[in-house]
Amino acid sequence: MESKCNTQEKFKDLQKFIDSMEDRRGALIAVLHKAQHLYGYLSNDVIFFIAEKLEIPSAKVFGVISFYSYFTTEPRGKYVINVCLGTACFVRGADAIMREFEKILNIKAGETTEDKKFTLSGLRCIGACGLAPVVMVNDKVYGRVELNQVKAIIEEYQEEA
Amino acid sequence: MSNFRMHLLVCGGTGCTASDSLKLVKMLKESIKKHEITNEVEVVVTGCFGFCEKGPILKVYPDNVFYITVKPEDAEEIITEHVIKGRKVERLLYVEPNTKKRLEGQKSIPFYKKQIRIALRNCGFINPEDINEYIAADGYQALAKCLTEMSPDEVIDTVVQSGLRGRGGGGYPTGLKWKYTRQNQSDEKYIICNADEGDPGAFMDRSILEGDPHSVLEAMAIAGYAIGAQYGYIYIRAEYPLAINRLEIAIKQARKLGLLGEDIFSTGFNFDIGLRYGAGAFVCGEETALIHSVEGKRGEPSSKPPFPAQRGVWDKPSCVNNVETFANIPPIFLKGPAWFKSIGTEKSPGTKVFALAGKVNNVGLVEVPMGITLREVIYDIGGGIKNNKKFKAVQTGGPSGGCITKENLDIPIDYESLNSIGSMMGSGGMIVMDEDNCMVDIAKFYLEFTKDESCGKCTPCRIGNTRMLEILEKITKGNGTEQDLKDLVELGDVIKDTSLCGLGQTSPNPVLSTLHYFQDEYLAHVKDKHCPAGVCQALFSFHILPDKCVGCTACARICPAHCIEGERKIVHVIDQSRCIKCSACYNTCKFNAIEKG
Repeated sequence: MESKCNTQEKFKDLQKFIDSMEDRRGALIAVLHKAQHLYGYLSNDVIFFIAEKLEIPSAKVFGVISFYSYFTTEPRGKYVINVCLGTACFVRGADAIMREFEKILNIKAGETTEDKKFTLSGLRCIGACGLAPVVMVNDKVYGRVELNQVKAIIEEYQEEA
Repeated sequence: MSNFRMHLLVCGGTGCTASDSLKLVKMLKESIKKHEITNEVEVVVTGCFGFCEKGPILKVYPDNVFYITVKPEDAEEIITEHVIKGRKVERLLYVEPNTKKRLEGQKSIPFYKKQIRIALRNCGFINPEDINEYIAADGYQALAKCLTEMSPDEVIDTVVQSGLRGRGGGGYPTGLKWKYTRQNQSDEKYIICNADEGDPGAFMDRSILEGDPHSVLEAMAIAGYAIGAQYGYIYIRAEYPLAINRLEIAIKQARKLGLLGEDIFSTGFNFDIGLRYGAGAFVCGEETALIHSVEGKRGEPSSKPPFPAQRGVWDKPSCVNNVETFANIPPIFLKGPAWFKSIGTEKSPGTKVFALAGKVNNVGLVEVPMGITLREVIYDIGGGIKNNKKFKAVQTGGPSGGCITKENLDIPIDYESLNSIGSMMGSGGMIVMDEDNCMVDIAKFYLEFTKDESCGKCTPCRIGNTRMLEILEKITKGNGTEQDLKDLVELGDVIKDTSLCGLGQTSPNPVLSTLHYFQDEYLAHVKDKHCPAGVCQALFSFHILPDKCVGCTACARICPAHCIEGERKIVHVIDQSRCIKCSACYNTCKFNAIEKG
C-alpha cells in the first residue's frame, strides 16, 4: 500500500481537475472519465482517492464503475482495437472481422495480449455506418474493412517499436 | 471582413473525417495559398451532408456543384480547374445509376430529391464551430422572439399547436410535456437534452450536434423560458468525441455573446447549459435512468410516476427532450406552427431523420416528411439494395423495434402505422437487410445487445432475456425444437408485461417480430436443420457443382483448411469433415460452381 503522501503526488492532475469543477454535485462520472483518460484505467488507488476527494463511500464509486461499460479497472494494451458491432456493421459482416482479430491475436474480445500491446474489444456503433464494417485502433478509423485486411492492420502497429 | 467569391464546403462529420476529409481541407488550403487566391476563396468545414456512402463530400458555393468521394489528392485539380478556370471536375460528380449521366446540383441527385430538411437544415451548410454562421442563418432569432414578444404560455401554445412529437421514439407531444413541467411549481427546474443515442446503427443526433450544435442550445433556452428553468444539461455519449468538442465550443461562444448566461437579450431571463457524459450504458437513454446518471449515480431506471415533470434531476421538475426534437423548435417559431403542421401527416406532423444503413446502396442520413413510404426511402432515396440482391426486411426502432417485410413497404411512415405492424418509429435507425441475412441471427444479435445492456434491476429482463438468448443460440447451432419457438413467444410476452422500463418492455420485440414474419425461416432452422440464408455455420455446407467446375484450382489454393481436393482441369471436391465454412472458396470461385446450402 502506498503512503498517502505518494498518492497525493501521483494524482496531482486529477486533484487539479476536481478543484477546478464549479459544481461538484453529481460530478463522479466526469471525474472517473478524467481519471481513466489520465491513467488509462481505474486502479484501486485512484478509486480510493476519488472517493475521499468527493466524499462518497468507495463502495458507491465501485458501484458506478461496474455499471458503466466504458470504465475499466484493468490496464489496457498500448493499442485498443475496437471492432464496431453496431447493427449496420453487423449486417455487413463485423462478427467475422472480430473472429479474424481473435484468431490472429490469439485472444478473445475484451482481453489484452500478454505483451500488453493490443486490447481487443467490441463497440456499439461509432456512427460511421456509411463505412461499415468499421474498426477503430485507438483514434484511427478503418472503414469498409475486409477479412484479408485484418492482418495488415495488426502489422501496421506491430512494426512500430 | 473580406468578401469571398466562392466557398468550398467540406463535410467534417465522423464518417467523412474517417475518410480523410480533414486532410483534403488542408490540401485545399495549401493549394489556395499557392495560387494566391486566399482573398477570393474560403474553405469551410461543415457538419454532415448525409450522403455518407459517397463521402467525403465537397460542395462548391454559390455554384451549387456537388462533388463526391473526393480524395486529398483531388484538391489541386479542384482549385486549378473549377475555382480558377471555372471548369467543373466531371469525374467527381455523382453518376445517376440508371442514365449514367453526371449530375452536378445537390437537389438533382435522387438521394436528396424527396428529402425535406428541417432538423438538418444547417448540416452541411454552416461551419458548426462559428456562432456567426449560425446567426447569419437566422440563428437565435427564435429565442429573441420568444423572450421579447411572447409569454411562456404562448411559447408552449405554439409548440402544442405545431403538433411536434418526441423524436426520441416515444412520440409523446412535446408541447404537453412542456406544459406539465411548467405547471409543477418549484424554485428550480431543469431542461435535459437526451443525446444518449444508444441504438446501434443510428447516428441522427450525433450528426445534428456535430453539424448544428447551436440549434439545440437555442431550443433548450426556449424550453427553459417556457417551463421556468434556468439550467439545462446535455447528456451525451462519451463515444462521440467530435460532437462533445463542438458542443463545448458552441456553449463557450454563446456565453461570450450573452446568448447563454445572465439577463439574455436584457430581458432578465437567465439560462445556462452544462454537459454530462454517458459511459456506455444503453439503458441511460430511458429518461429516469438518464436522470440518475446525470446525478452521477448508476443509471438504473425507476418507476413512473413520479414523472420527471414532477420529480426529475435533484428531485426538481425536469423536462427531457431528444436532440432532434430540439432541432425542430427554432423553425417552428420562425415559420409558425401552421407551416410545420402542413408537412407530414395529421397525427405526426413534420419530418423525421433516419439513419439509413445496412444493405442499401446509399447509406446515409435522410430527413423525410412523415407519411412517406418505406419503399420511397429505400428505393428512391436509398437507391435500392446493394449488388442487386433481393430485399428481405427493414428493421426500425433498433433493439426495441421490429422487422418490416416487403408486404408492408407501402405503408406510410408515422408513429401509429409502424406500431400497428409490430415495429416502431424509434429514434431513427433504419437497417436494410437482404437475402443473405439470416433473421434468426439478426434476432440473436439484438438480443445479445439487450442482454448485455439490461441493467439487472428487473428479474424478467435480466434472466428472461438471457434464457431467450440461450434458446436462440441453441437454434442457430442446430439443436432447436418446435417447442423452443413456443417458449420464445411465451417468455417474450412475460418480459414485455413485467419489466419496469422501456428497455425490458421492448427487448423481446426483434424476436417476436421476426418469429411472426419469418416463421418459415425459424422452422427451417429447427425442423430441417437448415439455415436458408447460409449464415448459421452449423446449418449449411458448401458443395462444388460438377457441371460448373472447370478445375481452375483457385478454391483449393485459397482454402485455409486445405480441405479441397482436385487437380487442374478436374472437378474439385470439398472434404466436409474438415471444412470450417469460412466462405473463402465461395467468394473466390469465378464460375459460380460452389453452392451454399
